[in-house]
Amino acid sequence: MPIKDHRIVITGVGLAAPNADNLKTYREKLLAGKSEITEVDLRYFGKAPAGICTFDETRYRKKKENKRGTRAGCLGVYCANEALVDAGLTVDHYGKSRIGVYVGLTEHGTVETENEVYNISQYDYNVDYWTHHHNPRTVLNNPAGEITMNLGITGPHYSIGAACAAGNASLIQGVQMMRLGEVDMALAGGISESTGSFGIFASFQAQGALGSAEDPRNACRPFDNSRDGIVVSEGACIYVLETLESALERGATIYAEIVGYAMNSDARDYVLPYHKRQTECMELALERAGMQPEDIDILNTHATGTKQGDIEECKAIRALFKNTKNTYINNTKSIIGHAMGAAGVLELAGNLPAFTDNLVHPTINVTDLDPECELDNLVTGDAVQLDAVNTILNNSFGMVGINSVIIVKKHQQTG
Amino acid sequence: MTRDAIKDLILEIIEDIDEDADFDTLESDKPLRDQLDLDSMDFLDIVMELRKRHKLQIPEEDYPELATLDSCVNYLDPLLKDA
Repeated sequence: MPIKDHRIVITGVGLAAPNADNLKTYREKLLAGKSEITEVDLRYFGKAPAGICTFDETRYRKKKENKRGTRAGCLGVYCANEALVDAGLTVDHYGKSRIGVYVGLTEHGTVETENEVYNISQYDYNVDYWTHHHNPRTVLNNPAGEITMNLGITGPHYSIGAACAAGNASLIQGVQMMRLGEVDMALAGGISESTGSFGIFASFQAQGALGSAEDPRNACRPFDNSRDGIVVSEGACIYVLETLESALERGATIYAEIVGYAMNSDARDYVLPYHKRQTECMELALERAGMQPEDIDILNTHATGTKQGDIEECKAIRALFKNTKNTYINNTKSIIGHAMGAAGVLELAGNLPAFTDNLVHPTINVTDLDPECELDNLVTGDAVQLDAVNTILNNSFGMVGINSVIIVKKHQQTG
Repeated sequence: MTRDAIKDLILEIIEDIDEDADFDTLESDKPLRDQLDLDSMDFLDIVMELRKRHKLQIPEEDYPELATLDSCVNYLDPLLKDA
């Protein structure tokens, strides 16, 4: 099978974030540091800060389908369609069998299983009342499959399970499958429906890693001394990936070229991250991009607002970027919370418009910077205007020791 | 439960499954599947709802009895007479 040295570009973005249902609004709110993290009241668990997405759930499929499928599927169908509209494409352009759908998930099936156990608890735990929808809803390819059913895509679809690095992992998968010639276009990204699961909140709480604050908008505080954990968010972001050649041929708007990526494993601990492997992951992505640390204009951190996680990432960044004067560092989770499987791609999406407006969106909720999280050019409070932004490095790490890094570059229009 | 009440029950369950279902032109002696946006999973939803609402255990071999609105009523009439 020939491996083609295709250059892969992002030509469409569809997203649902806890503060926006499209890239333009999302960017505006990120630049303004406007969080819409709210409070949810979960079965068994009670109240907690969380990011909930508001979007037109029936724009691209009937309520009946949303009811039958999953929340992840609903988010995915919306974002995949929005990405195609944004790219100015229909599935017929490349042919339905030549499109691949790759969706990153931190977990899937947790929400549906919890709901069914609760359902049968109403019937004295008689499993005759267990729904026949359970298996199609909980197979791990579910959200990607719901996208293909909705759009009639007959090319490959599957999910990538990569904890909170999953969004980036799927983007990487999309690039690789296109280079292998498996598909001519990819819908790649990540989805999270985790806010529907009391167990996910309860588990973070049991770890002492669930963010809190009187005002839920202040609950996610990466790098701040008072940070106390993660804010769980739902969300999704799907990209249209095309080869540069095809994109130019049809006159597409090119958001960015994916020029470098890397993934590696800590091989060490179930939950604690490890800065050395994170540094190695960034190094490998830079090497593949043919870049040095000083070539990166914006570094979008993974930092979730946990004590140890933020410190480890800052150590990893310092090891590579301590002498780079022109790399600006920010954090998107402080505004939207942790969208788990969607985090990497959603956070990258929020920074892509920097190639046009040359702004670095701020990290919010930093009023008392932890000295262990001090980084040169850490953007807090207000957005920073740069002369030019040409490159973005996006970190996304996950439990059981998984690291991912993506580097994108502004496409310089020629002619 | 009267035959009319059984008919209403079935339509109510179908409406829960698909609130866009259009009953205006529904012919009660023609297959529901041909007239509404229903598939085999939806029929299992109908079976499950009857189980939840009236503790009816409909054996799989009887599922064809639920094909039309009339056949539903005929099949359920004796089962729901005391409901």
